[in-house]
Amino acid sequence: MKNIVVVGGGIAGVETACLLAESGNHVTIIERSDKLGGKLNQWYCLFPDFKKSDEVLDYIHNRLKNFDIEVKLKSVVENVEPNGNGWFIYTGNVRYAADAVVLATGYDLFDATRKEELGYKIYDNVYTQADIEAKFKSGNLKTSYGKDPERIAIVHCVGSRDEKCHNMYCSKVCCVTGVKQAIELAKFLPKTEIFCFYMDLRMYDKHFEELYRSAQEHHNIQFIRGRVSEVSESSDNRLSIKTEDTLSGRPMKMKLDMIILLAGMEAKKNTLATAKLFDVETEESGFLKSKDFHLGAGILSRKGIFAAGTCISPMSIKETIENARSSAFQVNEYLKSL
Amino acid sequence: MNFSDYFYYPFLIGTIFLFVVVFGRFIKWFIGLSKIDKMRVRIGLFSTKTLKSVWESIREGLLHHNIFKTNKMLGYMHMSLAFGWFLLIVVGHIETSCYHGTMFFPFQHSIFFRYYVTEPVDFPGHVFFSYAMEILLFFVLSGVMLAYFKRFRSKTFGMKRTTRMRYGDRIGLTALWLIFPTRFLCETFTAGVYHNGSPIFNSIGSAFASIGNLEPWLNPLWLLYSVVLGVFFVAMPYTRYMHIPAEINLIFLRNWGVTLKERRVNTFTLAQVYSCSRCGICIDACQLNLAGIKNSQSVYVLKNIRNKNLSDEVLFNCLICGKCQEACPVGIDVNKLRITQRIETTRQYNSSYDYLKTGKAKQTDMIYFAGCMTHLTPAIKKSMLKILDAAGENYWFMDENKAPCCGRPLMLAGQYDAAQKLIDNNTKMILDSGAKKLLVTCPICYKVFKEDYHLPNIEVVHHSEYILDLVKNGRLKVNPSEIRAVYHDPCELGRGSHIYEQPRELLASTLTLVPMDREREKALCCGGSLANTKISMAERDILSGKAMEEFASYNPDVVVTSCPLCKKTFSKVNSVPVKDLAEVVVNSMKQE
Repeated sequence: MKNIVVVGGGIAGVETACLLAESGNHVTIIERSDKLGGKLNQWYCLFPDFKKSDEVLDYIHNRLKNFDIEVKLKSVVENVEPNGNGWFIYTGNVRYAADAVVLATGYDLFDATRKEELGYKIYDNVYTQADIEAKFKSGNLKTSYGKDPERIAIVHCVGSRDEKCHNMYCSKVCCVTGVKQAIELAKFLPKTEIFCFYMDLRMYDKHFEELYRSAQEHHNIQFIRGRVSEVSESSDNRLSIKTEDTLSGRPMKMKLDMIILLAGMEAKKNTLATAKLFDVETEESGFLKSKDFHLGAGILSRKGIFAAGTCISPMSIKETIENARSSAFQVNEYLKSL
Repeated sequence: MNFSDYFYYPFLIGTIFLFVVVFGRFIKWFIGLSKIDKMRVRIGLFSTKTLKSVWESIREGLLHHNIFKTNKMLGYMHMSLAFGWFLLIVVGHIETSCYHGTMFFPFQHSIFFRYYVTEPVDFPGHVFFSYAMEILLFFVLSGVMLAYFKRFRSKTFGMKRTTRMRYGDRIGLTALWLIFPTRFLCETFTAGVYHNGSPIFNSIGSAFASIGNLEPWLNPLWLLYSVVLGVFFVAMPYTRYMHIPAEINLIFLRNWGVTLKERRVNTFTLAQVYSCSRCGICIDACQLNLAGIKNSQSVYVLKNIRNKNLSDEVLFNCLICGKCQEACPVGIDVNKLRITQRIETTRQYNSSYDYLKTGKAKQTDMIYFAGCMTHLTPAIKKSMLKILDAAGENYWFMDENKAPCCGRPLMLAGQYDAAQKLIDNNTKMILDSGAKKLLVTCPICYKVFKEDYHLPNIEVVHHSEYILDLVKNGRLKVNPSEIRAVYHDPCELGRGSHIYEQPRELLASTLTLVPMDREREKALCCGGSLANTKISMAERDILSGKAMEEFASYNPDVVVTSCPLCKKTFSKVNSVPVKDLAEVVVNSMKQE
């Protein structure tokens, strides 16, 4: 029986752990926070089919019950020592022996205060998509003035594809998140006008394009191609944005009651520290570097260390689960070769 | 023909050539000045400004006081060469006058005194003169030795880099390097044969004489001395050594009130360009080195202007932060020179700002103009509005909705025509409002309102000045706190507008300000300057990151600045929170 340590108990970590336990290994999950499921806990529902996040979380928790997996909550990897072909991993005053390690440390949401011009945490009623998911959960979508918003803007690509905040890559899931949230909002608030300000919309996966089309056809959501340059507060306590409608080539201003910033996915700061402990390479963007883009996704630069989920790159839930399964397979292959 | 009749010809020809070319240039530059500048020269000529210039010429042209301030070794090198040489000429001339008993004697006699006077002499003070001249030569030689040393080991001088040279400069440099060692050999060898020096040179000469017969060497050596002098003088107007006369000329013109106007390229540009000694102090002052940009520093731009091969790549790859201007020992107006060149090379786009004309001024005593950058940093704007409310100020927020640009970014890019349209429009609005005071939260706006707008009877104030006044007059109460902060001087406010004290005084009333080594005139640029249109984002980040590292080394709780662009630039790399002083003030108001 081999020992495996999975760092991170989000959906990627748990799914990998379950599959590895299923194939007869002894698996330990080390999770920083006090519960499993990661960021998904904060989400209300998922694109493209509006499946409730809880259903995915339930799946994860139920699955976990079938196996004898040791879950260490509120723990972080503090030190790593080589041990033959494997490692000793220290957390608190406990030592785990591991023949293989899976890093499933997840992502950070881009800190929208870094784009000061968008007014996040400066003006009321400027939110990120994560804040809105929490609002969906609570069922309260009123503005801070206690009114239903008459007009909402959803701003795409905040902290993604933006040289000015060092993030050159595309977070890829925010486009469809924006479309999904626009539709949800339209359902919650049928009288509200909703605008999406985008650079281009990347509807890369199955059903996404249809969702986008439906947003325009059935939910009257307006898509304006242009980046929002600044947000300000007008004297009547409404928000005001400046942008350019790049299709008609006109600068425009708009008064609004709520702004939702689609913050991108960033490599987690903790992932960098963990990568250092395990001596594996990261990319310039901070995400973990796979051995080969095409054939070695999830296999890291050091033998016996693997990665799963959004610590490799931005991913949807569906892709994260797929990726976790593929990583589990890679780990098993590796263990056989020992 | 005797050797003595012609050996000094190279020197004489060189000297005449030098005077003709240099004064020819001075005359040409004077003719090219604008009418007003010419009038300034005429008026200034017979004023105390001329005396001031004489003193400044001695202080800078000979003693090199400013270089001393930057670097003692480098200052000594320049001073020993310039002042030593000057004294050699003056003392030599007095010595020769005493010998001849008259002021009027052939010019070359004083330069080649020891060649001509080989017999024992007995004129008043001859012992003093022989000692003095030899000691002075040693003084100059020490400078030459340092110059050799600096060429090969510039680090010894606290300089990381030294200027790259052109072919012509090499000829000038070689000639200059040879002049004094050659003179030393001439005089010691002559002393070895005729014992016409002081005991110092006589004994050195005797030592040389013990090796072999010196006499056949004398004529070739004196000829060589004459030739290297001649070559140096001929080369001078065409090499960087033109700075020697040009700097004196510049000192006089500047004191007489001649100024560089960005929009009018006149010969004052050349008067400045030729005054650059290429000492290289500006290279070390330049932060672009950190990002590996090594061809656009002021010394190279001045050289390129002079050689008429300035490229846009070099011209526009500059933050116009003013650090080099502050460091320049000659006081060349490099920022304005660069902008002048930018206007020259830029196509003026016929931008239309007609949409701005629909705005209407509101009657008020005071205007608040936030500017584009403050609009992009709403935390600053919000804080400023809070302060204005707390002070009960009656004001008009001029660019709250329609936000015209102040024009400065366009000016920095050389787009003066477009900038003028904005300036005209804004001027009209400001004057129409009847305001007496114009408050800005952006140093970029501040500089342009102060310098390029014609706003009679309107006081332009930066918010650091304004808030300080509020606190001093008791209109705003701030509370002391335990916060440790460093203050970052924005280029346009500090070096650009000489506002260093007000922000510090204001901050000191609410927190502990930790002094830094490089601040005020020496403050770093944040790297976000709008003036540089060639630098890449990654290169900017290097500059910002390095500056931030330096701030962080003082362990502050917060880095305070007073420029929205600096704040925004640092926000990408901040290991320590960066705040505008308006935000700091609002925070300290909250504590009540």
